[in-house]
Amino acid sequence: MDENMIKITVIDREDKTHELDAPTDMNMNLMELCKAYELPVEGTCGGMALCSTCHVYVQSEHDLPEPTEDEEDMLDQAFFVEENSRLGCQLKLADPLHGLVVKLAPQAG
Amino acid sequence: MIKTDILIIGAGPCGLFTVFEAGLLKLKCHLIDTLPQPGGQLTEIYPKKPIYDIPGYPSVLAGELVDNLMEQIKPFNPGFTLGERAETIERVEERLFKVTTNRGTEHYAPVIAIAGGLGGFEPRKPPISNITDFEDQGVEYIIKDPEIYRDKRVVIAGGGDSALDWTIILADVAEELTLVHRRSQFRGALDSVEKVKELDESGRIKLITEAQVVGLEGNGSLSGVEIKHNKGEAFLKSTDHFVPLFGLSPKLGPIGEWGLEIEKNAIVVDTFDYRTNIPGIYAIGDVNTYPGKLKLILCGFHEATLMCQSAFRYINPDKKLSFKYTTVTGVEGFNEN
Repeated sequence: MDENMIKITVIDREDKTHELDAPTDMNMNLMELCKAYELPVEGTCGGMALCSTCHVYVQSEHDLPEPTEDEEDMLDQAFFVEENSRLGCQLKLADPLHGLVVKLAPQAG
Repeated sequence: MIKTDILIIGAGPCGLFTVFEAGLLKLKCHLIDTLPQPGGQLTEIYPKKPIYDIPGYPSVLAGELVDNLMEQIKPFNPGFTLGERAETIERVEERLFKVTTNRGTEHYAPVIAIAGGLGGFEPRKPPISNITDFEDQGVEYIIKDPEIYRDKRVVIAGGGDSALDWTIILADVAEELTLVHRRSQFRGALDSVEKVKELDESGRIKLITEAQVVGLEGNGSLSGVEIKHNKGEAFLKSTDHFVPLFGLSPKLGPIGEWGLEIEKNAIVVDTFDYRTNIPGIYAIGDVNTYPGKLKLILCGFHEATLMCQSAFRYINPDKKLSFKYTTVTGVEGFNEN
């Protein structure tokens, strides 16, 4: 594995699996990574945890940082929220996320 | 009837600055926005967040930037149609458009500048398959008149300020009031949270937390909602009204049907002057797209400036336009309305 690269698996809304190389030295988050790979993630608010268009389900057993109050607040306004729901923009790409598997949540109207 | 030179759709930062640049060229502007106040996303989503990339401002709060823009454009007396959505457009003459809002307000202008950002803000609708069947038949996304809930059974869903505030207000109005929220904590103002908990303890309302409304029932009009606990079974609750309050999200909306070339939810423009495929209609700011597009306020300001020069030539094909610096000429506003 490249020193500043981790692997992240994103399952899109058609259940297609995408294995992404994710740089950890560019101050990127998961929402930005998905956009860079042109996956259907809107990231409307630009990463401020203010829109929930980067809502994902974490499917792997990773020990992720707890969501901030801002993230929880935004999830309150999102739909299809499950126990493993997170906002991609709040997941900073870093070594502990290596091997992470997420599924894109359905787009809400 | 409203008549102006440039009709701006969207009163966000880009739309507001257009008034200034147009004003320098003696063009008058009128703005339409779905929100009840100017500022777009900046006032609606993040008024208290700092912005660091406005040239000349090391840091400025989004709300302050809007206040400053309003101050800057004041000499040019812009008109506003707020709380209404631009719905239809019609070319009534070769160089005259008519834009009508959802409330029927008619606007006439030779030039339209779409500065709609991510779109008009509309209430988020919960993804319940049959929810549209019950709109205005028991389901309301916005509370316009609390009196319609008098002596009725009401279920509110949501956990933010508006859900809490309306719960407190309707507790005195409705016969029976239930608040359903996904978590056990609330993100609203502390005193509202306390008040709602008191109302629950005293039995005036019923608070159901860690639960969501997942289904609607009724024959024509709403008769009940299906509520599911996060870790449990769903149950049916009889009700006359269901009011989901999940905030607002932007939608391109009717503009998408105006015959403009659209790519990935944005309007395709020519970077020469940000014209669209329809002569007389321009698109500036976050709503447009072109190779190399960056959704930045400062880029929107630049786009607005070049667009106004082109709009002047479009409106006055026979007039010469001489470019002047504000430092030399100052800002000469419009005196009359």
